[in-house]
Amino acid sequence: MSAAPAYSEDKGGSAGPGEPEYGHDPASGGIFSSDYKRHDDLKEMLDTNKDSLKLEAMKRIVAMIARGKNASDLFPAVVKNVACKNIEVKKLVYVYLVRYAEEQQDLALLSISTFQRGLKDPNQLIRASALRVLSSIRVPIIVPIMMLAIKEAASDMSPYVRKTAAHAIPKLYSLDSDQKDQLIEVIEKLLADKTTLVAGSVVMAFEEVCPERIDLIHKNYRKLCNLLIDVEEWGQVVIISMLTRYARTQFLSPTQNESLLEENAEKAFYGSEEDEAKGAGSEETAAAALPARKPYIMDPDHRLLLRNTKPLLQSRSAAVVMAVAQLYFHLAPKAEVGVIAKALVRLLRSHSEVQYVVLQNVATMSIKRRGMFEPYLKSFYIRSTDPTQIKILKLEVLTNLANETNIPTVLREFQTYIRSMDKDFVAATIQAIGRCATNIGRVRDTCLNGLVQLLSNRDELVVAESVVVIKKLLQMQPAQHGEIIKHLAKLTDNIQVPMARASILWLIGEYCEHVPRIAPDVLRKMAKSFTAEEDIVKLQVINLAAKLYLTNSKQTKLLTQYVLSLAKYDQNYDIRDRARFTRQLIVPSEQGGALSRHAKKLFLAPKPAPVLESSFKDRDHFQLGSLSHLLNAKATGYQELPDWPEEAPDPSVRNVEVPEWTKCSNREKRKEKEKPFYSDSEGESGPTESADSDPESESESDSKSSSESGSGESSSESDNEDQDEDEEKGRGSESEQSEEDGKRKTKKKVPEGKGEASSSDEDSDSSSSTSESEMTSESEEEQLEPASWRRKTPPSSKRAPATKEISLLDLEDFTPPSVQPVSPPAIVSTSLAADLEGLTLTDSTLVPSLLSPVSRVGRQELLHRVAGEGLVVDYTFSRQPFSGDPHMVSVHIHFSNSSDTPIKGLHVGTPKLPAGISIQEFPEIESLAPGESATAVMGINFCDSTQAANFQLCTQTRQFYVSIQPPVGELMAPVFMSENEFKKEQGKLMGMNEITEKLMLPDTCRSDHVVVQKVTATANLGRVPCGTSDEYRFAGRTLTSGSLVLLTLDARQAGAAQLTVNSEKMVIGTMLVKDVIQALTQ
Amino acid sequence: MIHSLFLINCSGDIFLEKHWKSVVSQSVCDYFFEAQEKAADVENVPPVISTPHHYLISIYRDKLFFVSVIQTEVPPLFVIEFLHRVADTFQDYFGECSEAAIKDNVVIVYELLEEMLDNGFPLATESNILKELIKPPTILRSVVNSITGSSNVGDTLPTGQLSNIPWRRAGVKYTNNEAYFDVVEEIDAIIDKSGSTVFAEIQGVIDACIKLSGMPDLSLSFMNPRLLDDVSFHPCIRFKRWESERILSFIPPDGNFRLISYRVSSQNLVAIPVYVKHSISFKENSSCGRFDITIGPKQNMGKTIEGITVTVHMPKVVLNMNLTTTQGSYTFDPVTKVLTWDVGKITPQKLPSLKGLVNLQSGAPKPEENPSLNIQFKIQQLAISGLKVNRLDMYGEKYKPFKGVKYVTKAGKFQVYY
Repeated sequence: MSAAPAYSEDKGGSAGPGEPEYGHDPASGGIFSSDYKRHDDLKEMLDTNKDSLKLEAMKRIVAMIARGKNASDLFPAVVKNVACKNIEVKKLVYVYLVRYAEEQQDLALLSISTFQRGLKDPNQLIRASALRVLSSIRVPIIVPIMMLAIKEAASDMSPYVRKTAAHAIPKLYSLDSDQKDQLIEVIEKLLADKTTLVAGSVVMAFEEVCPERIDLIHKNYRKLCNLLIDVEEWGQVVIISMLTRYARTQFLSPTQNESLLEENAEKAFYGSEEDEAKGAGSEETAAAALPARKPYIMDPDHRLLLRNTKPLLQSRSAAVVMAVAQLYFHLAPKAEVGVIAKALVRLLRSHSEVQYVVLQNVATMSIKRRGMFEPYLKSFYIRSTDPTQIKILKLEVLTNLANETNIPTVLREFQTYIRSMDKDFVAATIQAIGRCATNIGRVRDTCLNGLVQLLSNRDELVVAESVVVIKKLLQMQPAQHGEIIKHLAKLTDNIQVPMARASILWLIGEYCEHVPRIAPDVLRKMAKSFTAEEDIVKLQVINLAAKLYLTNSKQTKLLTQYVLSLAKYDQNYDIRDRARFTRQLIVPSEQGGALSRHAKKLFLAPKPAPVLESSFKDRDHFQLGSLSHLLNAKATGYQELPDWPEEAPDPSVRNVEVPEWTKCSNREKRKEKEKPFYSDSEGESGPTESADSDPESESESDSKSSSESGSGESSSESDNEDQDEDEEKGRGSESEQSEEDGKRKTKKKVPEGKGEASSSDEDSDSSSSTSESEMTSESEEEQLEPASWRRKTPPSSKRAPATKEISLLDLEDFTPPSVQPVSPPAIVSTSLAADLEGLTLTDSTLVPSLLSPVSRVGRQELLHRVAGEGLVVDYTFSRQPFSGDPHMVSVHIHFSNSSDTPIKGLHVGTPKLPAGISIQEFPEIESLAPGESATAVMGINFCDSTQAANFQLCTQTRQFYVSIQPPVGELMAPVFMSENEFKKEQGKLMGMNEITEKLMLPDTCRSDHVVVQKVTATANLGRVPCGTSDEYRFAGRTLTSGSLVLLTLDARQAGAAQLTVNSEKMVIGTMLVKDVIQALTQ
Repeated sequence: MIHSLFLINCSGDIFLEKHWKSVVSQSVCDYFFEAQEKAADVENVPPVISTPHHYLISIYRDKLFFVSVIQTEVPPLFVIEFLHRVADTFQDYFGECSEAAIKDNVVIVYELLEEMLDNGFPLATESNILKELIKPPTILRSVVNSITGSSNVGDTLPTGQLSNIPWRRAGVKYTNNEAYFDVVEEIDAIIDKSGSTVFAEIQGVIDACIKLSGMPDLSLSFMNPRLLDDVSFHPCIRFKRWESERILSFIPPDGNFRLISYRVSSQNLVAIPVYVKHSISFKENSSCGRFDITIGPKQNMGKTIEGITVTVHMPKVVLNMNLTTTQGSYTFDPVTKVLTWDVGKITPQKLPSLKGLVNLQSGAPKPEENPSLNIQFKIQQLAISGLKVNRLDMYGEKYKPFKGVKYVTKAGKFQVYY
């Protein structure tokens, strides 16, 4: 083996510089010309039209790259083929490009446009691969292009492209670290991603770009914990190690209690990390004292992390198991850490490199938590076939695990090892025995005897090592061991290993009183051979001479002087110095004296026994499993594992307002607004409102907020709440709001006294959602079903779902919504299904935003103040399914009394309706005091026509004739569809049922979000996911007949666009086209 | 993370290099060679080497060193695990992971490495996905390719990468649908001089070879699942199902893969199927010694023990051995001092033995160290732990697959002290 490196060096010396040169250096002579020709024919092959030749050429070039030869002169010929149709040629060109682009930056730019085109490809895999290569080309000039591409890809529909974007982030960062701030934005966005595919990659990017921005994790913490098990192995490792760090900054130490215990017991050590068992007595007293203190309660999020990582101990990947193990070691309460031992022991069957790393970590752990590995002691027994480095590590672990009870077994095992053929290992075993002897007093004598026996071993290395260890052991109790010292003294004749000779000499010098006869004799012998000794031995000879001179100067004076004289002329300056120093110190001279009087004290001071301790002690300040831990030195880019905080930071930062998996669909929309959910809806409704802040308008805005969130949304939300009840606290903002709402309601309560069923309906909602607010008790009297929404009610039960429905939709709406409870509208279930589909891990963004924005048609006047004699009535289309009848459009009617007398008995009088149209009246409003307002919901079945519904609005004294005419867009409700379904349905609705119009989009209305907003504002349709970026699809069903309405907007170059509506109801189709075009072109 | 990879053969040639970030010069490997020289033995090269600017993390597999260059902190096991995954992939693709195979398929190797890492972070490591991206070479395909000029790179897009069961490729079709499971158990044991067991445990694996069309959903149940002490799973297995019902429920990858590995460690459960009687003695002041070894069956559950090989590492001073055997054949390598005795099958009537003289170097003292003795054997149709597969059910597909289970017990790290 030793010949091998030499050979390679040789090769490196001769061929290394020569070989690559003949490719491009014209000066390298004869051989080169043929080589140059070879490159020429490669160029020729690359220039042909035949793919097979190109492929052959590329293969040869890649082979050159693989061998480390220079192929950079082919760059222009290769880069031309970047747009080649053949997929393998293309791939190999990419390989080449990534390798050499850095060296040929200008030429590399030629290829950029190809990738930019690729970024727009409808196929997600091509988009991804274009981004991948584009970001791998390390050419600083294209940084802005890369930035743009990453940003775009980060909001791509395909999770695979988003994953690629996450990969590209660290690439760009390493190219230009000035982009950090922008990149952090992208990371933040991707961290919110729901897919397992992206999670690992983005955390990786996070770790490389901004590991210090721990605040970005808060909102995603729970999601990451929950996704963890489904992330691929590599991602798991990265996420776990990041979460370990996160948890150290956010949670309290789970061993806190134990340190408190100790504090109580000993009244001393503060924050001691001592883990060893405490006396039972102290524990009792502490336990008694404990209740006075606030007991430690583990943060549920801390528990979540521990719970969700535990199954991963069973992963097939050693890296994952190690990651979980370190997480438990650093984060789990002492009682729970034990679970990792079994998994770590399992890894010992793996490849030797894995064993090496695992054993290093086990060695560190076993010092801190010995008990954990004790049951597995035998798994660390050493086999003769183990590589030496593994043996030594196992020995380390065995030594750490040895205690009073198992020491006999361990020592017996060690005895076997001593007879091994591997000498390094034997030496290590002897040291291990020494350590056991120092740690466990009971076996010290046994060990010492054993070691002394080893002194007669024929192998000098064994003897030498034993001497060194014996020396250390003897220092602990020298008095009893005169015999051993004598024995050792005899060894000086035979033993040649310098370290051992030095050790013996030191021992004799130190304890010369115990061997007064032998010591001078040894010195005599050493003086004789002084010149031939190694340096460390010489130093010890001087040392011995000095000590003997001080204790027994009569016999040794001359010898000492002789030794010192020899040393004075030694080649080594250390020895010369030492000799000079010693002479001055011990030999009394005329002037010196001050020091020499103390010479005895200096030389023969009692020396503390050395402590033999593991080299792994205190290594655990490095995060286990890390490179830094393995090297016991801080590696570049190592993130320090922070200490537990003394006070837990606010746990509410991890609260996510919108439950997990509905968030993604919100997200689509939220993106555009960048505001948290609840405040957002309130703010949003502003423009359609007058700026007044009277309770009525506020309540209206509230109701709008819920209407905006849409049916699918809220139903899924409620569903989710069922699942995680324990996240209740997390929903602070919601309950707060309803609390507010509740207060308003108390005001309202008087006029609302009647209508048992309906109001109880509504009350139960509010009370359940405001379960923590004081409101609950006040509305108690009417409460029939407290917290009914929380129960998972079977769909067959009629009442409960309705309740649930209302509770979430009409949370803020406090006029009784409907008299008879009915099952929720069909639309809810479809959209719920849609949301469930969104649960599948791969593609969350495909779930469309079903939530339609508020109807474009804002508040319309139903009754003017003058005509109504002080009664003002407005209406809006709330776009939420009418809970009474799914075929009805729900209309919110707002009354306000601007007169100075109360208006009593507001109700709907006999309606005169066109055929088919029906009305669900709102319950009578008893009384409306002057200045007060009220809102009621009524349902109108327009029968899929835009005919007006005429009816009378009656008070006790007057009747008003009013009519409501719906815009066509309000006659439908959104429906979820996949792209394929959409196409299929569209295929069925061709010909007569298709209406197509061309239009020009104004500049203001070319961005995605504007278009979508305008369309959904005009018509109550749901967005359908779509593969291409400039096509928009929407789908809905008319409310009464349930006919499909499909709307496609195909935006083309320069604002030209084509609008297609497919619907059985041609009239509706035509009107819808007109309305949408009007909305878009305005 | 992983910056570059160098493949180095035993004679120290760097025969392949691949860089995922900027190019790192080959000279960085000099640090590796230095460590290798110091270690003397290939097995003792430290897996992690720190150099002034880089860290080198290496593995040794099939006489090749995979040396990766790291620049920043990364869990070492992450890299080691990945390098082994690379070697496994080569093995899977070329049938062997050797210098020749890699050199012959250098383009495929390069394409694989390109797909497996992106900017040093693993991208696609599942064999099913890789095979969709890059087809493994076969003789037939290489002939076809050379005629038609088509390539190994799949022109279909790797949809598997996008699905939520990334380990299985889509659209699998077989005419014969088969599912085979091999339950392989290895006995790790240390037996002391007197023949009593110091340490014993069973390391088992279940390797599967699944050739089923479509998206089958399998569940495998055992007669005695409680036996399994510590199990590690392929990612396809539903952990919850195992936790609650002790049933392995999974949608399998296509082809060969390791379903689970497990450990049975409580010692009384581990039966030791063979015993060995041995002695070695050296006379004082003579360059001769006697050597004697006999092997016999014990607790073999009525099955024949076959494929027995005994390997003895003799002390360094042993010059030669002059032995006679009643069964099988033996070889002694005077350079490595390894005695290998190929015994074959044991028949209880006549126990195989090997005895004879040991010649030492003249003048050398009697060796103090003991030889160590390793035994290999194999028992067909037996899982020594008693583990039994109960049944395999398939859901999600209509056809009836052919199912088979095979049991084998082998010696793992089976060592006898002298």
